[in-house]
Amino acid sequence: MSMTLGSDPAPDAIEVHPSELSPTQRLLATVLRSRELAVGLVLLLLIVVTASKSSSFVFGSDGWRSLLVNPSILILLAVGQTVVIVTRNVDLSVGSTLGLTAYLTGRLFIDTGLPAPVVVLAAVGLGAALGLVNGVLVAFGKVPALVITLGTLYVYRGIFLTWAGSDRVTASDIPDGFLDLGTAQLLSIPVLTIIALVVLAVVGYHLHTARSGRELYAIGSDPGAATLYGLNVTRRVLLAFVLSGALAGLAGAFYVARYGTVSSNAGLNIELQAVGAAVIGGVAIFGGSGTVWGAAIGATLLVTINSALPVLGIQDFWQRAVVGALILAAIVLDRVLSTRQERRLAVARELEPGHGSPPGTPAPPTSSPRSDHGTAS
Amino acid sequence: MSGPSDPSGSPLTLELRDVAKSFGAVAALRSGTLEVRPGSIHALVGENGAGKSTLVKVIAGVHQRDAGEFRLKGEEVDFGSTSESKAAGVAVIYQEPTLFPDLSVAENIFMGRQPLGPARRIDRKRMYDGSAALFDRLGVHIDPRRPARGLSIADQQIIEIAKAISLDAALLVMDEPTAALSGVEVDRLFAVARSLRDEGRALVFISHRFEEVFALCDEVTVMRDGEYVSTDPIVDTTVDEIVARMVGREVTDLFPKTPAPVGDVVLDVEGLNRTGVFHDVSFQVRAGEIVALAGLVGAGRSEIARAVFGVDAYDAGSVRMLGRAVRPGRPRAGIEAGMAFVPEDRRQQGLVVDGTIARNVAAVIRGRLDRLGFLTTRAENRAAGPWAARLEVKTNALDMPATTMSGGNQQKVVLAKWLATEPKLLIIDEPTRGIDVGTKSEVHRLLSDLAGQGLAIVMISSELPEVLGMADRVLVVHEGRITAELDREEATAEAVMRAATGSSGITPMVGNPASASTEEVKA
Repeated sequence: MSMTLGSDPAPDAIEVHPSELSPTQRLLATVLRSRELAVGLVLLLLIVVTASKSSSFVFGSDGWRSLLVNPSILILLAVGQTVVIVTRNVDLSVGSTLGLTAYLTGRLFIDTGLPAPVVVLAAVGLGAALGLVNGVLVAFGKVPALVITLGTLYVYRGIFLTWAGSDRVTASDIPDGFLDLGTAQLLSIPVLTIIALVVLAVVGYHLHTARSGRELYAIGSDPGAATLYGLNVTRRVLLAFVLSGALAGLAGAFYVARYGTVSSNAGLNIELQAVGAAVIGGVAIFGGSGTVWGAAIGATLLVTINSALPVLGIQDFWQRAVVGALILAAIVLDRVLSTRQERRLAVARELEPGHGSPPGTPAPPTSSPRSDHGTAS
Repeated sequence: MSGPSDPSGSPLTLELRDVAKSFGAVAALRSGTLEVRPGSIHALVGENGAGKSTLVKVIAGVHQRDAGEFRLKGEEVDFGSTSESKAAGVAVIYQEPTLFPDLSVAENIFMGRQPLGPARRIDRKRMYDGSAALFDRLGVHIDPRRPARGLSIADQQIIEIAKAISLDAALLVMDEPTAALSGVEVDRLFAVARSLRDEGRALVFISHRFEEVFALCDEVTVMRDGEYVSTDPIVDTTVDEIVARMVGREVTDLFPKTPAPVGDVVLDVEGLNRTGVFHDVSFQVRAGEIVALAGLVGAGRSEIARAVFGVDAYDAGSVRMLGRAVRPGRPRAGIEAGMAFVPEDRRQQGLVVDGTIARNVAAVIRGRLDRLGFLTTRAENRAAGPWAARLEVKTNALDMPATTMSGGNQQKVVLAKWLATEPKLLIIDEPTRGIDVGTKSEVHRLLSDLAGQGLAIVMISSELPEVLGMADRVLVVHEGRITAELDREEATAEAVMRAATGSSGITPMVGNPASASTEEVKA
């Protein structure tokens, strides 16, 4: 094992994984190992089992529509949440943002009669502004996002309650055209679902293929290294929060279109579901890895569980417990996999020849050119 | 010393003059001077703490200098951030890895400047091909697609090098790039470095391995205690001259340990091993003795200490206190066996900085002070008072928060906390780091007194004068192994430095490195 200079097959040493796989094989391997596939299969299994119990869960015209449209709000929030979590932050204020923007949507319809697209834009704009507040506080205040957004969760909810007072928006306040959006379908796919999927696709594509998207992952993977590397951490984190807020604003508009009414508890606790969806979908809570695709599948799974378990005759308490168990299982799974990988790599490193001081052998320390560059005397 | 510009007329690529940088009260860099010509490789050498890495971070824009001149290609520059220095053509390989573990190797190399295809989308194929081309040039095979997580330190270092080379920089600074590399990899790195030099680029090379410095570099600048010492063409100097300049410091400002009667074996470490961190570590410490663990930063000294105390687990070997085995991996077991551990990072690991002095001192013995499960401030004060007085902690009152104190007094509070447990063995990591010179000698006198009272002390220190002044015996750690054991008489700055850098100097090192170094020192 000890290394002699000039011995020919150079101990290249590095654990080599040359790209001997064809691109198709590599893609297949990536897909097979992905969390997205695993969670997707769980979702599929859930749907199949539930449908076998009650076929209208999928095949009834209402069942099909609910199955597709119900997750759309949570998908929007989970996408925004993923972008924030990837940077090693978290946004707990999105539930309150949703409530506030939903109420704004209703109020604009009641008070102004602005056309629906303008109202939706206003909701997105308010959401983005609230996200900007979070982003500024986190990026410049150097306080953990968990604390900042926990604070703004209450502040935004408080603003909502103060503004709304005892008012509530009801379906009769909302133009029929907008409410129709909640039930409209295109090729038997609900329009809200299509919009959510378009948002998902755009954000997912951007995160994967744009420099700025990859920088978000770099920042979350090691913020210190990102700063040393010269990435603009402050700006990227700020924009991630703005996006999360804007998507929560869009979700607020969706909420009005879907449910028609906005009461003071609109969006209450939904931020935790968004975080849970991301975690179940394989987004690492310490940042740096995970995809919006996974988070969206996670969101769909969470929403579908809520409607499937009653069909399966499982009690309310157990429904919550199942969601909790899923989140715990996802986290435990991540932890087990990563420790196992770390241990394997540590052992592999020890066994590599020519690196560092190999254990157990009295090999000389690594610097080898010593003999031919004798220095002193 | 040459003037501001090269005799040939072309401006120096890098010119630093009397650059200073302080962190709080600690001056990490007093007057750093470094002049690097285009088309040359310039070595920067000095002990741990000589200010090399601080100098590098000033060049990179991580830190902003407090004073001094900084010119790049003849123009005055002021980098506010690393992105500015990068834009100006400076590439830096830092001592600590700066990789993103979750991202692919190729993305790590090209982050922020990935090749773009249509519509500004990242062209992954070109990125992977570009990485493969860089690795070919370095003669290594790393899959550009694999994540950086789990790569060995050597591979990480190679990726850092590939990253720096790909920046096409006019100035490339490498802070100990070879520390983890094997001989073949070092040779390839040197070939690449020489070709970059021949292209007219300037390189700064920081290394503790003198063979490498002499094999690669054209000029060498020596630093000591944050100050510039000398610059010479490499052909006009020798290893001995450089070592003498690196350590040539008066030891008089240190309180030398007074000899104390050496008693029974207190700590007996046998064959301690932790995969990938340290190997086959065996040593004994007797009552009244100060044993120093010397070596370079990252050699594994702190890791050994943490394993002995029980903070970290180990794979094989045993730790015995006063003849009795200590259960591994449990600090509580270490404390009960009579160990005390003062960690390197006082603020993070040794102190509750916001707590009062009394609370800090009483922290470890809390279990003994409580009455029916309640701990009163009065009991804490009563227990803390005598120790604070004995160690001359300078403070107005025991209920002052620890954060208001100077580094030296904080260190005393940490010491008082552990001494209150009446330990038999004190492990102290970097006892005077970040402490001003005046208080340093107080800490030294304190340690000497404690040894005189029969305490066995293991001291980890990166400061050579401290090691030489305080230690009865010096164990030199190099890359996770004890490579030399030197008595007080044998322990000279040169001998410790040679063992710590793994450099053989005159005799080629064969067989067991430990015995080889010891023989060489005795010869």
